Amino acid sequence: MAFIAVALICAIFADFEITTVHPWQELTRLLHGVVTPDFYATDNLGGALAYTLAFALLGVAFGNVFGFILSLLFFSRIVRTGCAFVRAVHELFWALIFLQLFGLSPLTGILAIGIPYAGIIAKVYAEILEEADPSPLQAMPPSTGRMSAFLFVRLPDAWAHFTTYSMYRLECGLRSSAVLGFVGLPTLGFHLESAFSQGLYSEVSALLILFYLIIASMRVWMRRFALPVYLIGAAAILPWGLSFTADNIWRFLTHDIVPYPLRAAPAETGETLARLNEWLQTMLFEQALPGAAITIQLTMIALVCSGLLTLLFFPLISPLLLGRSARTLGHTCLVIIRSTPEYILAYVLLQLWGPSMLPAIVALALHNGGIIGHLVGRYTEAITLRVDACRGIRRYAYEILPRVYRQMLALLFYRWEVIMRETAILGILGISTLGFYIDSAFADLRFDRAVFLILVTALLNIAVDIISRQIRARLRLQTRMERQ
Amino acid sequence: MPVIELTNEDAGYRGATVLSGVTLRVADQERIALVGASGVGKSTLLRMIYAQCQDRASLIPQEFGLVQSLTVFHNVYMGQLHEHSVWRNLHNLLRPVARDVSAVRDVVDGLRLDDKLFTAVGELSGGQQQRTAIGRALFHTGDIVLGDEPVSNVDEHQARRILDVLGERKKTCILAMHDRALALDFADRLIGLKDGRIVLDEPTAGMTPSDLDHLYFT
Repeated sequence: MAFIAVALICAIFADFEITTVHPWQELTRLLHGVVTPDFYATDNLGGALAYTLAFALLGVAFGNVFGFILSLLFFSRIVRTGCAFVRAVHELFWALIFLQLFGLSPLTGILAIGIPYAGIIAKVYAEILEEADPSPLQAMPPSTGRMSAFLFVRLPDAWAHFTTYSMYRLECGLRSSAVLGFVGLPTLGFHLESAFSQGLYSEVSALLILFYLIIASMRVWMRRFALPVYLIGAAAILPWGLSFTADNIWRFLTHDIVPYPLRAAPAETGETLARLNEWLQTMLFEQALPGAAITIQLTMIALVCSGLLTLLFFPLISPLLLGRSARTLGHTCLVIIRSTPEYILAYVLLQLWGPSMLPAIVALALHNGGIIGHLVGRYTEAITLRVDACRGIRRYAYEILPRVYRQMLALLFYRWEVIMRETAILGILGISTLGFYIDSAFADLRFDRAVFLILVTALLNIAVDIISRQIRARLRLQTRMERQ
Repeated sequence: MPVIELTNEDAGYRGATVLSGVTLRVADQERIALVGASGVGKSTLLRMIYAQCQDRASLIPQEFGLVQSLTVFHNVYMGQLHEHSVWRNLHNLLRPVARDVSAVRDVVDGLRLDDKLFTAVGELSGGQQQRTAIGRALFHTGDIVLGDEPVSNVDEHQARRILDVLGERKKTCILAMHDRALALDFADRLIGLKDGRIVLDEPTAGMTPSDLDHLYFT
């Protein structure tokens, strides 16, 4: 309840204005594009697809290898904190940083996906390993080495979970990889943005259809024996020739990201401190705080809207409420809704409605409502109703909703942090969340400001993560999340 | 020289005392059955005994303690995990070594599992899983076996055969059992538990199942 109240208060102050001149005309053109996809309009479409796949595969592989190693060290506080930090920074922000370090070299794309994913995977794998059945250990000869015990007792049961989770991560990786095109990498997003800005909606829909096909067919082409071939192929097609210089990296790390006042010629200590103080004041009060306020405002509205949409979405795939054919349609809708990266969704809506909070909220609510709706719908498959249970809307309200409500809340709180991270990112599209200030700082080549704001964003995400975990613990909400 | 020696010891589970004043000596080559109503502390007593002799004993827990996603071969092989190098173990995990496969096959011979050797344990029935756990205990090189209801999931005919195999291969057997007739046939010494204490510790010779009634009824 408190969350709904907070969201309502946030909504009062929100800016929902539709500023484009002819939103309906634009929408008609977009819809026309959707039904007339043009697969030959994009130059080097095959290349864009291949790069999207290559960055996703290599990035997720990188994240998997390092995430697994880190999950074994997860008992260490330093590793846990480090992982929390790297996953609190969104892939796009990592990409913006690595673009400064490595330019358009493939390393930028691989590390931008791989580093935050390693942080997420480490946490999830550590939890999976912890949940492995410990009873075989009691029957094991006590002098068995730790390594052998791990290989035979912990790893086998966890392995199946690792592979399903990796598949889910690869799906996320494909979305991330596509979105990286928006900051300049040669993936689908790059062509999507240019097609959009020219109003070539037939091309846009062709690109999106291809993207859905890749994700929908993932279970067909992603096979264990083929994985080495894919990885080698992915490494082979990327343009490794693009070079970067160590000088450049060194300058960025030791000079560019140091707060400006500290960089200047050594003045008196007092004067430097005064300037630093001024710099901090500007950053905090003109950028970080307003940005954070908008980010939080948007996050709260989007969170509650995601919840409302979940209530609407999960019956679409629930066998207790709908027949087979209606459910197939529901599944298709939810797949499309949740496979569209929220960044692209927001971008599309922004083109239609102009810059305001509305596109961001609708995009976030649709995407997250789609994901949670899918998971809650799957939960309902496990419910058996008594034979004489009521039907229709009564069944929904009295029999089903009360049974899945707690899981739904748990999932929503779990997504809270994800929504927050996404909200910050949507700033790059022009909504004045933290991402907006970060993107402007990168555009002005003020890397000290950008890094400072990224740190603020990361701290905000970590804080939300902690609060959400405490709420879940207090309400005793069970999350068995994202391991579909 | 006794294999196990407990003198007036208490044991508990999660803070609550389950067994008190346990005094017990077990010599080499004894075959002991632990009997008593369910929840009386047979498993706790087995754990106390196991703690004393874990270097030379194998344990068959009541819930089997098998790794569900590994095959019967791997689960049985785990009985000798501590006697091989990590590399050998890793090799066996990825691709079973022929020599170890035949050694495991010898052991599970009497357990009627030979056709399931490379089936994941999770796909087996309760009785087959239990026999896998027994196989693991047999594969262990120690000469003591401790079993918590090791034949509860198989029919009586098979139970007798399995108990024979255990008796042949292990010098000392201490098994918790609920089937009184089976216990009397198998064991040469019987330990009865009631109200958290050992109330009976006698040779089985001449005993009949009804002599044990007082352990179960108040």
